[in-house]
Amino acid sequence: MSVIVVLIGASLIVAAGFLSAFIWAVKSGQYDDRYTPSVRILFDNKEENK
Amino acid sequence: MIKELTHEQKQQFGVPSMEQFSYDNLIVKNFAIATMVWAVVGMLVGVIIAIQLYLPALNLNFQYITYGRIRPLHTNGVIFAFVGNAIFMGIYYSLQRVCKARMFSDLLSKIHFWGWQLIIVCAAVMLPAGLTTSKEYAELEWPVDILIALVWVIFAINMFGTIAKRREKHMYVAVWFYIATVVTVAVLHIVNSIELPVSFLKSYSVYAGVQDALVQWWYGHNAVAFFLTTPYLGMMYYFLPKAANRPVYSYKLSIIHFWALIFIYIWAGPHHLLYTALPDWAQSLGTVFSIMLIAPSWGGMINGLLTLRGAWDKVKEDPVLKFMVVAVTAYGMATFEGPMLSLKNVNAIAHYTDWIVSHVHVGALGWNGFLTFGMLYWLIPRLFNTSLYSKKLANLHFWIGTLGIIFYVTAMYWAGIAQSLMWKQFTAEGILQYPNFLTTTQEIIPMYVIRSIGGAMFLTGVIIMIYNLYKTAKLGSFMANEAAEAPAIFIEKKKGSGEKIHRFLEKKPMKFAILATIVVLIGGLIEIIPTFIIKSNVPTISSVHPYTPLELQGRDIYIREGCNTCHSQMIRPFRSETERYGEYSKAGEFVYDHPFLWGSKRTGPDLQREGNKYPNVWHYLHMQDPRSISPGSIMPAYPWLEKQDIDIAGTEAKINTLRKLGVPYPFGFENTANDSLQRQADKIAADLQKNGAAVESNKEIVALIAYLQRLGTDIQVTKSAVK
Ligand code: HEC
Repeated sequence: MSVIVVLIGASLIVAAGFLSAFIWAVKSGQYDDRYTPSVRILFDNKEENK
Repeated sequence: MIKELTHEQKQQFGVPSMEQFSYDNLIVKNFAIATMVWAVVGMLVGVIIAIQLYLPALNLNFQYITYGRIRPLHTNGVIFAFVGNAIFMGIYYSLQRVCKARMFSDLLSKIHFWGWQLIIVCAAVMLPAGLTTSKEYAELEWPVDILIALVWVIFAINMFGTIAKRREKHMYVAVWFYIATVVTVAVLHIVNSIELPVSFLKSYSVYAGVQDALVQWWYGHNAVAFFLTTPYLGMMYYFLPKAANRPVYSYKLSIIHFWALIFIYIWAGPHHLLYTALPDWAQSLGTVFSIMLIAPSWGGMINGLLTLRGAWDKVKEDPVLKFMVVAVTAYGMATFEGPMLSLKNVNAIAHYTDWIVSHVHVGALGWNGFLTFGMLYWLIPRLFNTSLYSKKLANLHFWIGTLGIIFYVTAMYWAGIAQSLMWKQFTAEGILQYPNFLTTTQEIIPMYVIRSIGGAMFLTGVIIMIYNLYKTAKLGSFMANEAAEAPAIFIEKKKGSGEKIHRFLEKKPMKFAILATIVVLIGGLIEIIPTFIIKSNVPTISSVHPYTPLELQGRDIYIREGCNTCHSQMIRPFRSETERYGEYSKAGEFVYDHPFLWGSKRTGPDLQREGNKYPNVWHYLHMQDPRSISPGSIMPAYPWLEKQDIDIAGTEAKINTLRKLGVPYPFGFENTANDSLQRQADKIAADLQKNGAAVESNKEIVALIAYLQRLGTDIQVTKSAVK
């Protein structure tokens, strides 16, 4: 079953990558505002909003 | 009145100036068209194979459209062609808007588009030709695998380039879902596609048996997660609020559910292999993570549905929202059912049956299909600056599609459960009540008919949609570049002092990050440690030998014809199965199987112990015309096997390739392999001749019979040796 090591390795690399992405996101203030982004996407700068 | 500031004043006060740019709508339109074209193709093939299952003659004995060859065409067509193009359509539209930037490179967009269509065309040619690796949803042979990897990398560059030049500091949650998709699919595809080429269009998986199965289902499960789920959740978080014109119910929940989902999903793969020869601890682990998945999945569903709170009057009016509501509900149903199917006792009934087919189609038709339709109905009028041609037709599509799903899904639940119970039914005397497999098939034929009607209805809906959207496009005028403006991004200086790090640790999300790490690490450790303790989980059985050259050729024919789409080769340790099929399967029996051929669906009986069960001539007649031997059988006939020659020119390369992968063929054997092949073939041909079937020994049928007669016999040898 040595292939499990490969799979876990690959999975862990992916997970570790996402973990660092997560830490980056928190650190860089991505999640400081947990409300306005959801509203902002509704306003495209065009007249649109039918 | 507010006076407009001059450029200098703006700079002085640090007011970012507005930048003018445009969104690329052409690429979105192209992907939208491709989505619709491939939807029809993929689903049409689906309807054809659905009908073949009760009308095998529909294939006209034409090898290129037999069930085993075009079932992979259907799955690849709907997953990678229909859903794939829909993903790119949705991402190229929404990513530009949430990033307030045009795609990074128009050229890369174009290469991505045409590259992907080229891959699909290759698949559409190669799969019917029988060029397949046999691994589900990864059937394409190695040159196409490389092409997929290249196109995917181009997509990734284009996407990350766009994110890098965004004019919106905050990355909307959808973007995270897209990133997860791009990164993870790349890893999955590469790990699962590692194969050693035998020739330009043939390869063997580097993994064997149990290991290959584990890699395959780690891939298969995560392909569902990161190809059919995460991009669609991302698109749901963009298109659903846009269509309803209200913000998502809880943005915070969307963030939490995203991170939870990706950290848990990747460990759940082994639930596809419960009760197989996979080690028990790996199976249990898969189950535990699968159950945990309910929480983040339902987080997404609830968030989607609650976005519409107070807007249900709009849902009644707007076909776009109707489609999306059904899609999200289907997502909730499928993600509840999935973890239930991972429970060992439920899985014992459902695995190998049409129940799984039903489960998949709740997701595919409901979640992926309906969300795609909702997006298309919303997008096309906007791309063409007009409104929808006919709301009535859209509503008709909605109802015919919904009914189609209901027909399909209920019929398949019924079929799956009914057949499974019949397989497991014992009489009071303790013998199988339905020893003849075919009895159980006959029982569910009416369900197969209803299923094909449901599928045809769903497809009809799609055709109505295409007509409606075509008319819509005619009404409006297409705008290839949509003008937009946004302030240039204001780049913050990096915070970096030690004090700041402390503040950062105090923030709540940090606790979550720590929890997530713990989850990931526990999962990893539990899986790694036993592997080091138990040196090898595969007990090697001394009587298991590599395939003879003739059997190997037969095995490759089995792969080419896709027999594994209907037949499993994995007997689970239940009395109902050992009684019906023989001794249950052991991990050590598959050590030379590159690739593994366990299968995932028993439309026909398991073949793991098929060897020595019937005389050669039985197989010959059965393959010529299954209905002559088993009246009412739904297995296709394979008359061309008697006409086509065995590919003896390829024997040497096959032996050499397998030796490189660790199969102990002695050195030099490749040179005499064809002599051995000829001797064995002559023997079988002589036996057939004796029993009234005049077959030349160089025909494919001989190799296939040799393989079938070998199946599962290695263990019988031990037993007789012990006696
Ligand atoms: C559409 C699904 C389907 C495909 C594809 C298919 N089979 Fe079958 N097969 C069946 C069904 C159903 C039965 C049971 C009825 C019968 O005996 O024909 C069966 C029976 C068999 C049996 C007899 C099993 C037994 O022990 O009684 C063999 C052997 C077999 N198939 C071999 C093959 C081979 C080899 C291929 C590929 C070339 C293949 N089948 C492709 C559906 C299929």
